[in-house]
Amino acid sequence: MNKILAGLLIAGVLAGCSSTPTKEQEGAAVEDRAPGATAPAATPADTGAVATPLATPTGTADPLKDPANILSKRSVYFDFDSNLVKAEFKPLVTAHARYLTQHQSAQMRIEGNADERGSREYNLALGQRRADAVKQMMELLGAKATQIESVSFGEEKPKAAGHDEASWSENRRADIKYKDKGE
Amino acid sequence: MKLSKLYKTTILLALLVAPGMLHAALTIEIVGAGANQIPIAIAPFRTEDALAQKITPVIAADLARSGLFKTVDAGGMVPMPYEPEEVSYPQWSARGAEALVIGSVTRLPDGRYDIRFRLMDVVKQTQLAGFVYFASAAQLRLTAHKIADVIYEKLTGDAGVFATRITYVVKKGKRYELQVADADGFGAQTVLASNEPIISPAWSPDGTRLAYVSFERKKPIVYVQSLTTGNRQTVANYWGSNSAPAWSPDGKRLAVTLTKDGGSQIYLINADGSGAPTRLTHSTAIDTEANFSPDGKSIIFTSDRGGSPQIYRVSTAGGQAQRLTFEGSYNVSPHHSPDGKGFTFIQRHGGLFSVAVQDFALGQVQVLTTGGTDESPSFAPNGKMILYANVVRERGILAAVSSDGRVKQRFTEDAGDVREPSWGPLVNK
Repeated sequence: MNKILAGLLIAGVLAGCSSTPTKEQEGAAVEDRAPGATAPAATPADTGAVATPLATPTGTADPLKDPANILSKRSVYFDFDSNLVKAEFKPLVTAHARYLTQHQSAQMRIEGNADERGSREYNLALGQRRADAVKQMMELLGAKATQIESVSFGEEKPKAAGHDEASWSENRRADIKYKDKGE
Repeated sequence: MKLSKLYKTTILLALLVAPGMLHAALTIEIVGAGANQIPIAIAPFRTEDALAQKITPVIAADLARSGLFKTVDAGGMVPMPYEPEEVSYPQWSARGAEALVIGSVTRLPDGRYDIRFRLMDVVKQTQLAGFVYFASAAQLRLTAHKIADVIYEKLTGDAGVFATRITYVVKKGKRYELQVADADGFGAQTVLASNEPIISPAWSPDGTRLAYVSFERKKPIVYVQSLTTGNRQTVANYWGSNSAPAWSPDGKRLAVTLTKDGGSQIYLINADGSGAPTRLTHSTAIDTEANFSPDGKSIIFTSDRGGSPQIYRVSTAGGQAQRLTFEGSYNVSPHHSPDGKGFTFIQRHGGLFSVAVQDFALGQVQVLTTGGTDESPSFAPNGKMILYANVVRERGILAAVSSDGRVKQRFTEDAGDVREPSWGPLVNK
């Protein structure tokens, strides 16, 4: 959260004229209020560097981060104009649903994405539909609705930057992120 | 929240370098012209040469950009007229001018300027309009735009929109900036900068606030930000996604797309974020991109309830939605014309996306652009131009097309990828 807030800047600036036309053109109107109630009141300024303690071996490796575990796989890909979870991704979705049922306090966010063609807002809704499809499948498998927030990034955060079918198919995707893991 | 030191430095630098260095963030290129261009001569105003910001070049550029005027050279006229009695009509007539603008600038003891202008009918040899403005040095460009608005209105019969503003999002590398600029691209100011995407800015009807969607908290959330104070409020942050804000004409409510009850559906909320959302659409499909009619009685929106995305209309009191578009399999992003008689939207033909308009009475569709990657169309407040976004050589640019399709403008940004434009309202007229 820290990093996000520090990366954010609200400014009614850049005009900087001493005369008084519209109020917007007056000096800096920098908001130094946290944009949300959930944000800590006073967080230290982010300097771009994040200190992370070295991981201490505990003997119980996190299955979510174990490359050999299917739970480390987080992306579900979709066909053009489709929100059908394809058979090849069902083991992945099933494994995460099982993790949620076994870890009742775990919460995830499913981020839907769409390719770049057409309206940004309609694409946001298409990405949402994909995230919802994965969420519904997990709920059918026993995960609780309150454990899963499905959201959409639409076409705004493409994984592949190209403008061809190869890139577009990479971007028709839903990603699973665990909230309590800071993902 | 404490802003990091880096950003404080950035703001300070901007304040130090800005005065006197206002330049166009957007450069405008005109393609095409109106069917009938009015030949107009604009004589340099008395003593404007001494100004850092000259008046008449701004007026001339505004009128030329509309595509409805042809500027007649005023150079070398001796003596250059500043008052009506100094005008030698036959000389202007000989140059082909049908209208003539004359005026003067006088510096007042308090540092402000007295700017007066007259619009003369060269054919009838009479005055069509004349006004006096008092402006600070920083208001000289705005004053020039206001003069251009008067000239435009007197000679075309439509309101001028040169003194209005536009908003858009610029992507610079991984950074997103929500900017507000004059309608000619000058005086761009960043009102929000973020490392996460910003989309769908929408002007409040009085032009003092922007609603927009920001992803800064890892999901789409709708904010309303005051342009006068810079303060902002979270107005829609419900479980799931929150997007597509549209203002009611009285500025009190917003239509937004929420997914809190499953699926993307349209709700009405208070513009200050108070109270609970009222659900407006009830479908199992996608309903999004709401836009209020100017009388506030209905909204038009995009829905794929019929199998493909099409435009529908529903009363703001609720009830059955009515389908409006039938040509093609992809019609999205509707925005009403200011007179409420029709709407602009994006229509896909083959793989190409074009700006189109449709009227409510007959349902007639007119496609205005040759198509490509056109997105996000919105009308100028006089209904004469439509501002939209497209991509040229992998870079987002803004473009505008006249509502009859004849005049096209292209706005390019020096340093980034521009998208999500919206034309602001007429204010303080």
